Parts: sequence; C-alpha cells; structure tokens
Amino acid sequence: MSGTATMTPPVVRRERVLGRDVSRPDGVPKVRGEFAFSSDLWAEGMLWGRILRSPHPSARIRSIDPSGAWRVPGVRAVLLAEDVPGQPTYGLEHADQPVFASQVVRHVGEPVAAVAADHPETARLAASAIRVDYEVLEPLVDPEAAILAPPIHPDGNVFRHLTIRHGDPSRRGEVSVEGTYEVGMQDQAFMGPESGLAIPGEDGGVDLYVSTQWLHVDRSQVAACLGLPEEKVRLHLAGVGGAFGAREDVSLQVHICLLALATRRPVKIVYSREESFFGHVHRHPARLWLRHQADREGRLVTVEAKVVLDGGAYASSSTAVISNASCFVTGPYVVPNALVEGWAVRTNNPPCGAMRGFGAVQACFGYEAQMDKLAAAVGLDPVEMRLRNALAHGDQLITGQVLRGAAPVAEVIRACAATPLPGPPVTDGPGSMALPGGAGRTAQPGRVRRGVGFAVGYKNLMYSEGFDDYSTARCRLERGLVTITCAAAEVGQGFVTLAHQIAREVLGVDQVVLAPAETSSIGSAGSTSASRQTWMSGGAVAEACRAVARKAVEVAARRLGHPGLELVEGEVVAEGGGLRVPLAEAVGDEVIEETVTYRHPGTSPLDPDGQGDAHVSFAFAAHRAVVDVDLDLGLVRVVEVATAQDVGRVLHPLQVTGQIEGGIAQGVGLAVMEEIVLEEGRVKNPSFTDYLIPTALDMPEVRIGGLIEEPEPGAPFGAKGVGEPPTISSTPAVVAAIRAATGLELSRVPVRPQDIALAAVG
Amino acid sequence: MTVTVAASLDEVLEVLEARPGAEILAGGTDFMVEVNFGHRRPRSVVCVSRLPELRGWREEGGELVLGAGLTYTEMMLPPLAERLPALAQAARTVGSPQIRNAGTLGGNLATASPAGDTLPVLAALDAVVVLRRWGGERRMPVGEFLVGPKRTALLPGEVVTEARVPVGLASGPPAVCQEFLKVGTRNAMVIAVASVALVVDWVGRRVRCALGSAGPAPIRAREAEARAESSMDWEGRRLAAADLDAFGHLAGEAARPIDDHRSTASYRRHAVTVCARRALERAMAGPGWTA
Repeated sequence: MSGTATMTPPVVRRERVLGRDVSRPDGVPKVRGEFAFSSDLWAEGMLWGRILRSPHPSARIRSIDPSGAWRVPGVRAVLLAEDVPGQPTYGLEHADQPVFASQVVRHVGEPVAAVAADHPETARLAASAIRVDYEVLEPLVDPEAAILAPPIHPDGNVFRHLTIRHGDPSRRGEVSVEGTYEVGMQDQAFMGPESGLAIPGEDGGVDLYVSTQWLHVDRSQVAACLGLPEEKVRLHLAGVGGAFGAREDVSLQVHICLLALATRRPVKIVYSREESFFGHVHRHPARLWLRHQADREGRLVTVEAKVVLDGGAYASSSTAVISNASCFVTGPYVVPNALVEGWAVRTNNPPCGAMRGFGAVQACFGYEAQMDKLAAAVGLDPVEMRLRNALAHGDQLITGQVLRGAAPVAEVIRACAATPLPGPPVTDGPGSMALPGGAGRTAQPGRVRRGVGFAVGYKNLMYSEGFDDYSTARCRLERGLVTITCAAAEVGQGFVTLAHQIAREVLGVDQVVLAPAETSSIGSAGSTSASRQTWMSGGAVAEACRAVARKAVEVAARRLGHPGLELVEGEVVAEGGGLRVPLAEAVGDEVIEETVTYRHPGTSPLDPDGQGDAHVSFAFAAHRAVVDVDLDLGLVRVVEVATAQDVGRVLHPLQVTGQIEGGIAQGVGLAVMEEIVLEEGRVKNPSFTDYLIPTALDMPEVRIGGLIEEPEPGAPFGAKGVGEPPTISSTPAVVAAIRAATGLELSRVPVRPQDIALAAVG
Repeated sequence: MTVTVAASLDEVLEVLEARPGAEILAGGTDFMVEVNFGHRRPRSVVCVSRLPELRGWREEGGELVLGAGLTYTEMMLPPLAERLPALAQAARTVGSPQIRNAGTLGGNLATASPAGDTLPVLAALDAVVVLRRWGGERRMPVGEFLVGPKRTALLPGEVVTEARVPVGLASGPPAVCQEFLKVGTRNAMVIAVASVALVVDWVGRRVRCALGSAGPAPIRAREAEARAESSMDWEGRRLAAADLDAFGHLAGEAARPIDDHRSTASYRRHAVTVCARRALERAMAGPGWTA
C-alpha cells in the first residue's frame, strides 16, 4: 500500500455488557444500610427461638429435665431429640449429626434443646433453665491419636483415608528436603450471624427464610428431619451477610422449622456472635508431612506426603476437603512420582468443613514451604524453582488426570514476579503506624527488617469425583422484560450482577429482573461454593437466555411472516438486512419462557490408587508478599501482596478485584493472626475481641500484576471462578516473606509474635 | 431494671445513696458488652455520660484534673495531648473511632481490666483518683484504687469523678517526655498483650515506668526506675547502652504476666523488656509523638 491508503474507521459496536463494571443491583441498598439481611426479618406475632448447647466437648447425657423452661412465663415450646418427627440426624454428605443430642454430646456447642418464647430474653432464660445431667468424659482432641482411638461415634473416627500412588514413588532425587507443617483452625468470620425466620404454612408445611449457600440441599436435610415431603418445605433466600463456606452446612434450619411447626407461629432465630462461633463449621486444622526429591537442576522427581485433617465431631464436608488436600498437596507442579496419604478424622473438637480454598489452603502452606526449601538446597531462586516445575496444558497431575484446559501457571508466576517491588515504608520516625505494631507504636526502625516471599497455588473449580453437579435457570421474556429465575445463593460474591450481565449480553435487552431465589418454583442451582456459580449458574442463565432467543426468533418469523431471522444485539434482523425490528416488538404479546438444567462435563471417582479424572477444571494464582518484621517483638506488617491470577476471562473487573482483595485479606489473616484457640476441645476466643481478623492497618496494598485471560474451553464465556485462588497462596507467600526477614523456619500458621520473638532471642 | 439518666452529679450521688447497688453507665463500651454477653444483669443503672461536671479537663492547684467523662477521642486532642502525650498514645490504641468517641477515662478506671490502656499511663503519672459519694469524697493513688483484675477500691455508693495528675509531669517536652508502647497481635483495634508507659521528668530528674497487661493491675517497675535515675546523665540526656539494657530487663523482671489465649507469660515479659528499653531510648532522643 502506498501513502494514499486511508485509515479504516474502527467498527462501532454497541458496548458489550460482559467485561464491564456494571453496577450491582444490591449495591446501593447495601451501602446505604437499607438492604434487609436475614437478621432483619420480621413477621406479625413471631416468637424467638433459642438453642441450648453442650458446655462439654464430650459427655454422656444422663437425663434432661425441661420443666424449668416451661415454668418461665412466655415460653411456647421446648423441644428435645424425642420431638424430632423425622430423621434424627442430618449432614451435608453423611447424616451423622444429631438435630439434638440425646445420649452423648461430642463437641462444645452441640445443640441439646430448643425453646421458643415471646421475647428473645425470655427464650434465653428458658433455655438456661433446662437441666441437663452430664457425665463428663475425657475428650478426644488429638487428630492423629483419633485414627486408632476407640470410636467416639458409631460411624467411626476416620471420615476418609485415601491414598494417591503415582509413577514410582521409590524413585529418589539427588536433593531431598523434608518438613512437617501445621495449620491452625481458621474461622470464616462472616459479618452476618446465622439467622432465619420460619413461618408455618396452612398445608402443614413451612416457609423458611434463611441465609444459606445452597437452598435445595438445605431443603432436603430439613424435610428429612421434619418428616415432611420436600415440596412442603419451602426455602427462600434471605439477605446473606457473607458465607465463605460456613453456610454450606445446616445450622439453625431444622431447629427453627421444628419450633414454628410446634407453635404454629412464625419463629425467628438470630445467633449472637459468640453462638455463631459454635454454630458453624470452621476450616480444618491440618498437620502435614512432606518430603520432596529433586534432581540437581531442581526438577521434581518424587513427592511423598501425609496429611491429617481434624474434622471435629461430625463429618460435614470432611471427605471432600481431604480429597482436595491430598490431590493438590504437590502443588501446581509436574510431579512424576508421588505417594500421598490423607486422613480426615473425627475428634471432640468443633466440627470443621468448608471454607474458601477447601483443603487446597492447608496443602499449599506445606508444599510452598517445601518448594522454598528445595530452592535453597538446589541453589535456585524461588521463582525460577517454581517456573522450572510449573504445570502446563497437557501435563499430568498426580491423580493421572491430564490438564485439558487453560493452565497458565508459568504466566501467573512471571506476571506476579515482574510486578515492581514497593519502596521502603513511609514513616514519621520511631513508632510510626506504618511499621509493624501499627497503632501500638512499638517499632524501632533499626530493628525492622523487610522480607519478600513468593508462592503459587491452585484448586479445582466446581464439584469433583463424579458428583452430579448442575444448576437450573429459567428465562422469561414478556413485553420486552426479561425475568431470570435461579436459586443460586447470592452471598455477596456478585452473582446477581453477573446474571443481569449475562441476560443482557445474550438477549441484547436492557430490562432484566432477577426473581427471588427460592425452592418452590425452580430446581437446584447447586452450592455457592467451589468457585462454581459463575460457571454453573452463569452457564444455566446463558443457556436459558439462548433458548429464549431461539424461540423468539421462531415467534418473530411466524408473526412477521419472514423466514431466516436472527437475534442481533436486541433486534430481530433478516439476513441481508431487509428487516430490523426490536425484540419486544417482534414477539408482541407472546410470552416466551424456557428452563434449562446445565451440567459441566462429568468427572469420575478416584480409584484405590487415587487415580482418575476427578476434577473438571482448575484455577491458578501466584502471590508475592512483602513484609516488615519487628525482629525483637515478632510483630509483622504485611506491606504489599502482589498477585497474578488465571481467570479465563474477566466478566466484571471490579468484582474480580473485590474477590482478589477479599481473598488476600483472609489469606493474610491466616498467616499472622486468625486462629480459633482450642484448649481440650474448648474455644477460648469466640468473639471478635479475641478472634482477630485484619483491620485496615493490617491489610496490605494489593497490586494485581496480571489477570491472565486464557479462555477456558467449555466454560461459559471462557470465564473461570475467581473467588478461591486469592486465599490459597497468599498465606504461604506472607510466611515465606517472614522467613526471609527472620531466617526462622516457621512451620505453623498463624505465625504468632512469640514464634518469632522468642525464637530469635533463643 | 431502673435506669436513671442523671442531669447532675448531685443526682448521681443521690441515686447511689438511695440504691448503693446501682451501676454506673458512661460510654458503655465495657458495660454493654457484659450485658450483651449475659455476664452482667444490672437491676439499677445510672447514666452519667452527659454530665457537665465529669466532662473535659482543667488545671487546678498544681494539678491537671481529668474528668471521669473524658473520652479517648478527647484525650487525643491538643492541647491536652501535648501535655500528656502518653495518655494520647494510649487512647489512640483503644478500639475504633466509634469506641473512642464513647469510652471514657472513668470507665477505664472503674472497669479495671488488667489490659486497660490508660491505666499504666495513669500509674506512671502518679495519678490520684477522686471518688465521690453523697456527702463525702475519697482520694487515693491509682495504684491503690486498682486492687486486682476487674477489682477496685470503689465502695457501694461511690463514683469515680476525676483523675488528678501533678502538673509538673504534664508540662510536655522537652521538660517531660512521655511514651506509651502497646503490643498486640494486630496493628489496630486490639486488646493489649503487653504495654509500657514511661514518664521521664528531666527537671525533677525522675523516671516513672508502669506496665500494662503484665499483671493483675498496672505494675510500677520501681527497680528499673531507680536504676535509670541513678545511671542517667541528666545534663547530657544520655544513658549507656548497658544501662538501657538493664532498664529493660528490670522492667521485664517486674512483670507478673500470665499465659492465656492472647499470649504467653514468657512473651509478655519479653515484650515488656523490649518496649521499656525502646521507650526510654525514645524519651532521650526527642519530644516523641504528639496527637
């Protein structure tokens, strides 16, 4: 072309909805304090429920005398185990947890009775007037001892033991490093305590308004315990104030419905903050042993691992958490030979289950410490060490599964490592709040040392091991208005925003309404967990909208008498451009409604050697932490966390950023402060006074060095879930940085001030 | 439950005279937590938060008089914060801004938590606590007032009205240097694991050091004080490194810490040792922090 060539003007397209920061439908009410959370529920004539809980980690119940509760004026119901009409136990995967304990209690906080009364204070007094005669037993609190100890439950003490055998684990490398690691019990620490309102129905059924992560699985468990058919138990999602896994299990759902059915009155329960610490599962404490063997160039040869998770008194999701912890315990690296053994066990500690990262968090703390040890032993830079072993598309996991999707591990490592390092702290001299110790102004600048640490992590997306994982969505088009119905639980993550975006994107319309999430009118959407709703319910919504689009084109063709039509950005157009009619006009008064069930590609169980295509898809992230450590006091200021993440495609930039920042906050919390402190099965810090989560002065700057957009084959719009990866490798990155600053081994999280200060002074 | 919203101090004293078991509610930052947890079931409550007689501070007869209703936020404001910088620093470490707007000096004293942040500062300032009752008044050093964990010398019918600090210790730097260092496992909004308050009076040639969260009540580290006073180069404002070390160690030895879910006794003693030394080093180096 010569100099006379003219510039072609860019094609002007209507701005697409996906990939843009459209505002959240619930954003303004939440910011203004007008959003109704489940604790704000109210009904005419409602009663207040209260649970009596075990004060002992292990005891036999000799007798229960509820007469004291009945003597309190204003009490309307007092319920014990014998008052449960249906199945006496419930559970997410195994129904091993009693609605009310009747013969034994297995953890502090286990429900024993429930009362309903006119006033919450009356209910509290009445519950405390129930006399339970306990024969206190020695609690079983050591998870390793639990494996062989006499069973504390008819189902035994081992929830699951699995072995993964891959390649030839007897192969030795020239370099070997070994370590044992421990992860403390973290709490999800959501802001909105467990709460709900149950309203008895005329048909003998019940409507339950509750904050949960999965309405339909709650319904199954509740209906079984109530002895009612599922259709008589109608669950409605109430405003959820955070979840992070803690609302996967049933907490007050059965109790509150029992009370409502017993009294024929609406009943509300709101847990106090203290009760909340006893009312939901926590992240499994873990003990890990790992031995890594590599050749002289740092290439992994064999990894051996043993993982023990303390599941506490009841199964919850322990069997799936130990599967994750075992499958991912060698990290996002090519490991030709591996032998992994994992146990999830029952103890008299508080029950543990799902929390953001779900087993991958505990594993990552172990394997990333090992990768640093190995890098030091081989003489490699930690980043180079990881690049040399990074998984890529086509590689095999230790479960034998070949990575068929996007696996930009090297890309996230490079992007994160390339992020510029922050400068020195900006201080106003000794005791600056920008230094470790913060507002306590303890720091002496000469005794503060900076450290940098790097970590990479990964995790499966969606449910694994052959689980029938699906979501259901309905799209209804009526006079230009699109109504989406889906039971996906909005717990703060922003699915409501995404559902709007997807409907607008697919149908090209502007008017979209999201119907309330409930169980009567639509099938299950699956759980809001496992980073799955963007893919699963996003996929269901997209397919429902596409089905409506196809139908709309048929209707338009019939009405307009014009074949060969298609829907283009909200308009029905004819090939060749002879016709262009807005969608609403083209279908006229006809109502078009389609419901779809969306499934991801199937997975298979693990075989006895832990081999199988057990997982659907994976997401990867890298974190680099910069910390300042007060060497004498052992106080830590996490200065910055840089990250790069494999996201498939960014559907909403602000929500991705929010997930990354929030996930890093929880990762930093686990690294330096968050722990439920247990003493013989008793929680010593069930309050936000003593269960510490990061404040604004503890939260580091977050620098997103890269969002790697390699579209995931098979994923709707190519997008991967983004909620969990930020939590996985941020913790080991922070601890690696503290190790770099102090030279200490630090094999346990959270790292406490005394772990640094007293070790340093010998 | 009877609740009296008192309009004057006299009314408070009258109510307390009539109902000696009545409990005082000021900012409520400790009181209401205990009520909400069911640890406290008051039958009778007297609210004192709006009483003009308890608000603010003044200078009077060689003393700085701090009203029991002085809030943490007010402690952080100049000119008071310039005269009592350690108190301002301690106040800054308390809770969140909302808590600091509500919580009061009198409440901190009467609650008498071993972790009360202003208490070691008051101990280091030789503060005297004023207790009023109908027709009477008692004054006692803060060390006598605080008798143990959550235990005070308050008698039924009495209310804390003031804390009085010798004006000589409230003249601000360079004559008097004050420091407050608090160790917690979070950078803000945290209960003290250990704290150290230090007052160095360069004119009177006195060193006062008190420890918080390191015993049942604030502890004056008297041996450490004496050692610093005797080894200090008062003219040159210098102290040998060995003497600084000795000061820290003697302060650590004065601690009587416990193991609990927040920390261990050995770490607390260690933290006191480190913070006491740092505090004295800062007091010699410069004017320190002002709000």
